[in-house]
Amino acid sequence: MPLNIDFQQILLHWMNLAILTGALYFLLYKPVKQFMSKREEYYRQLDDQAAQKLAEAERVHAEYQAKMDQADEEIHQARVKAQQSIQQSTEDQLAQAREQARQIVAHAQTEAENSRERVLRESQRELRKLAAQATKKLAFQADPFDQFLDLAEEEEEHEE
Amino acid sequence: MKQHQKGLALWLLAILLLLAGALLTGSPGRSESVQEAMRDAVLHDVNQVGLFGLMEVNPGMISAFVVTAVLLIAAVCIRCFVIPRFHYNPGKLQLLLEEWVGLFDRMARGDSPHRCKFLGAYIFAAGAYIFVGTLFELLGIQAITVHGHSVTLPAPLSDVNAAIAMGTLSYLVILSGGIAGNGVKGVGKTLKEFSLPISMSFRLFGALLSGLLVTELVYYYISLSFVLPVLVGVLFTLLHALVQTYVLTMLVSMYYGEVSEPGEPKLKKSHRADII
Repeated sequence: MPLNIDFQQILLHWMNLAILTGALYFLLYKPVKQFMSKREEYYRQLDDQAAQKLAEAERVHAEYQAKMDQADEEIHQARVKAQQSIQQSTEDQLAQAREQARQIVAHAQTEAENSRERVLRESQRELRKLAAQATKKLAFQADPFDQFLDLAEEEEEHEE
Repeated sequence: MKQHQKGLALWLLAILLLLAGALLTGSPGRSESVQEAMRDAVLHDVNQVGLFGLMEVNPGMISAFVVTAVLLIAAVCIRCFVIPRFHYNPGKLQLLLEEWVGLFDRMARGDSPHRCKFLGAYIFAAGAYIFVGTLFELLGIQAITVHGHSVTLPAPLSDVNAAIAMGTLSYLVILSGGIAGNGVKGVGKTLKEFSLPISMSFRLFGALLSGLLVTELVYYYISLSFVLPVLVGVLFTLLHALVQTYVLTMLVSMYYGEVSEPGEPKLKKSHRADII
């Protein structure tokens, strides 16, 4: 054959390559690939677990966020209610105080009116009593005109 | 420091003594002319080596068996002592092995995504064989020919029979991918590339042979045997080991992917008319 091509040697090379391919596949290629796949699977599982945990954490976070929002809303509503209650209470107390003040003033006016009337009555009674006494004195004593003149004369003597 | 200098002086003295010895001893005489040496490097028709006394084969055949034996022993050692100690956090050797396997696996997946399991295994073995086989010529292992001469075992693929075997086997692998992926249509697709086995075989043969011829030329003359072999012997060999490994595995995976790719289903006439 030209170029020293020998079919027997070509067949021997084929056999050699077939042995090499099969042996390298079972001894190196397959075990290394299996190990690499196993490791890839392991890290994929870790990745999946991390993703699941992240999703769970996000869900819990969202849940707590919702609860926080709800609590904020409740606090807001309670604050509004409390403010309304305080406002109402203040208005009630104010109205009550006004009513009390009005009653006090009315009572005081009544009292004052009563006192005035009583004082008037007592004054009148006093006056009447004094008038009666004066009348009684006048009736039982000398002529008042003479008494007056005596008194006037006594005062002139003193001045002199 | 003194010990260091003494060691350096001893090393230089040893080199000078060896150089003087090599020059004074002289060549035992040439058994063949440069033309004969080159012709034998191409054809291997003179310096045949006995294969276990059964038959006479080219030295490249012996090289092929030695390379396969070395690869298999290394694979058995790695399988027994290294792979069981693999960790999820890899060390340097594990990283190297994973990259070695992963490189061909990724190539197979990338070029032939539909059918890549067998392709990955084949290009892994072919790549390892070409790379280690090409570097094998650096070892300069000697064999005795049937005529009693000593020859240096060449790279297996610098033998035309090995290159043809590799090229045609690669073509058969591509053909098997075509049949597995597309049946008879796959055979047609593969046969369309009828020049492929010839081109792959002779590309490998030519590339490896050119390296061998340059090395033969350089070593033929004693005056060229100093310093220069470091460049032509080591660097060129390393470079074309990488290049040839990449070229053949890439070609095989590309053609394999092309012929095994499932074709689009034929549309019925009515459907075709609707589309038009």
